[in-house]
Amino acid sequence: MTEPEPVRTAEPDRAGASDRTSASHRTGTSDRTSTSGRTSTSDRTSTSDRTDGEAGRTSETSEPVLRLEAVRKSFGRSVVLRDVDLEVPSHTVTALIGASGSGKSTLLRCANLLEEIDDGAIFLDGEEITDPRVDPDAVRRRIGVVFQAYNLFPHMTVEQNITLAPRRVHGVSREAARERARELLERLGLADKAGEYPDRLSGGQQQRVAIVRALAARPRLLLLDEITAALDPELVGEVLGVVRDLKEDGMTMVLATHEMGFAREVADQVCFLDGGVVLERGTPQEIFGAPRQERTRRFLRRIVAAGRL
Amino acid sequence: MSAREAVAREEPGDPEGPGEPGRYVPSARRIARERFHRTRARRATAIAAVSSLVTAVVLYFVITRSPGWPRTRDTFFSAHYAREALPKVLDGLWLNVRLLVICGACVLALGLLLAVARTLRGPVFFPLRALATAYTDFFRGLPLIICLLLVVFGVPALRLQGVTSNPVLLGGAALTLTYSAYVAEVFRAGIESVHPSQRAAARSLGLSAGRTLRYVVLPQAVRRVVPPLLNDLVSLQKDTGLVSIAGAVDAVYAAQIITGKSFNYTPYVVAGLIFVALTIPMTRFTDWITARTDRRRAQGGIV
Ligand SMILES: Nc1ncnc2c1ncn2[C@@H]1O[C@H](COP(=O)(O)OP(=O)(O)O)[C@@H](O)[C@H]1O
Ligand SMILES: [Mg+2]
Repeated sequence: MTEPEPVRTAEPDRAGASDRTSASHRTGTSDRTSTSGRTSTSDRTSTSDRTDGEAGRTSETSEPVLRLEAVRKSFGRSVVLRDVDLEVPSHTVTALIGASGSGKSTLLRCANLLEEIDDGAIFLDGEEITDPRVDPDAVRRRIGVVFQAYNLFPHMTVEQNITLAPRRVHGVSREAARERARELLERLGLADKAGEYPDRLSGGQQQRVAIVRALAARPRLLLLDEITAALDPELVGEVLGVVRDLKEDGMTMVLATHEMGFAREVADQVCFLDGGVVLERGTPQEIFGAPRQERTRRFLRRIVAAGRL
Repeated sequence: MSAREAVAREEPGDPEGPGEPGRYVPSARRIARERFHRTRARRATAIAAVSSLVTAVVLYFVITRSPGWPRTRDTFFSAHYAREALPKVLDGLWLNVRLLVICGACVLALGLLLAVARTLRGPVFFPLRALATAYTDFFRGLPLIICLLLVVFGVPALRLQGVTSNPVLLGGAALTLTYSAYVAEVFRAGIESVHPSQRAAARSLGLSAGRTLRYVVLPQAVRRVVPPLLNDLVSLQKDTGLVSIAGAVDAVYAAQIITGKSFNYTPYVVAGLIFVALTIPMTRFTDWITARTDRRRAQGGIV
């Protein structure tokens, strides 16, 4: 599916990282400008989506794309996130695991400024986005989100769903937005669905469209909230396959998931959330192989019993 | 890539294959089932016809045997006066139709503005929000007839420079005032019925609050409230007849003129029936739209 087309001259990921200096990834905006500057040539032909984040895979500036510092969030009197610290380096995948109600969705919503945090700070590419003077719309433009319930716009066709933000927010021309949409749809095996309304698609197709919609504006970071939880078991694979491909392309992602097998496979870092606290964090081998905390062990046992690992 | 294209090209093929058309022969079971459906449909039609006939006959006898019927017939159902009234009433009706179109457009625009004003968040918009709320509360509660009387007779009494005293314009303004309050509430209900996750999805794409409203919330809200909106327009259609109290010569006033001279009420009956005839297409259209909306929603519910 992600086979490079012959037009593309070189593998841009690892090879190209050096010439596009790591300076460009320090701020998301300049990164974007450089991206749109060469849209006409390589982007059109490239089947991969890794246009943004290329710079920095090998760079050792080590400024994480997303950083949470002692984040606290409560609803009324119930504290949902408590002193949460998290670092998401560029081109890595972070899996958030934990029981239902442990605060995974809230964490992702806070990172996207859909919720206002009570204390602590969140940084995107080193810039504090929880500063009240920051324009939240500008921040959200740099982050793609995919929700559990797809949340496609039912009154728009697939293509209109995808081109809405590029056209109305990023000022991309109609033709360019369309071309980008078609290219991404093609890549995710949905080329023939551009004119359909979401209610005519299967759950798996809707979720893939939602992923395309989140990718259309070339986000710096992708947040995925239990994107397979609403799907029939046989449709889970097609959606996870897309995430796997995105990882191949170097997309930086944070995903809340109950698919432990998948988390183990794609994640570079796994965070176990329990009652709003990051109880344990490490590589998949550490968390799944040798969990240090009793609660983690118990959670994993329950998951195994449910046949999800 | 080429493999997928090949699959895509094969997909929309005829399930029976192009070479063998019409090979499907309905089974005896299907034929029997369809025959049963037809018989039952015929019987249902027959029952409906008989029952309607019986009802009509009973009503006819009850009414024509009532002691006051001969006088009532002459006063309300006189063919002579009906013939005299019809052209004049139709002439007057043209005014009602124009009022409906113009007031209808104003009502929809003003109603939408009010509804949007009421949903605005943020302290800057507080006065706007409060004003819109006060407006809808006031004009929804004020009886239309009182609103009409106050506007039609009150405004000219002020003798303001440059303000019209034309009863048609003032009557139309009064209708717009009252109906836009109703319609604003319909729109607001529609806006609030759009699930918050739609807003969240739009905002997460970087759309501002205004763009979210314009591209995501309003289109869905308006689609949902088309049936109740049409209902309000049907209601507005017949209430245009109330401008007659201001002395505008519409269908009702035309009937009133004849009745005033002759003391025969047939012209009112004629005008009434014409209004009914006018609203029926609109009501059917509303039903059709509602049914279509329900169907679409049902389709969406499969997922
Ligand atoms: N808008 C809200 N208002 C009040 N409580 C909320 C709200 N959103 C989430 N919560 C609460 O926060 C806790 C964590 O929820 P959530 O982040 O959705 O957990 P998860 O995604 O891990 O299942 C739950 O106890 C939930 O009831
Ligand atoms: Mg959740």
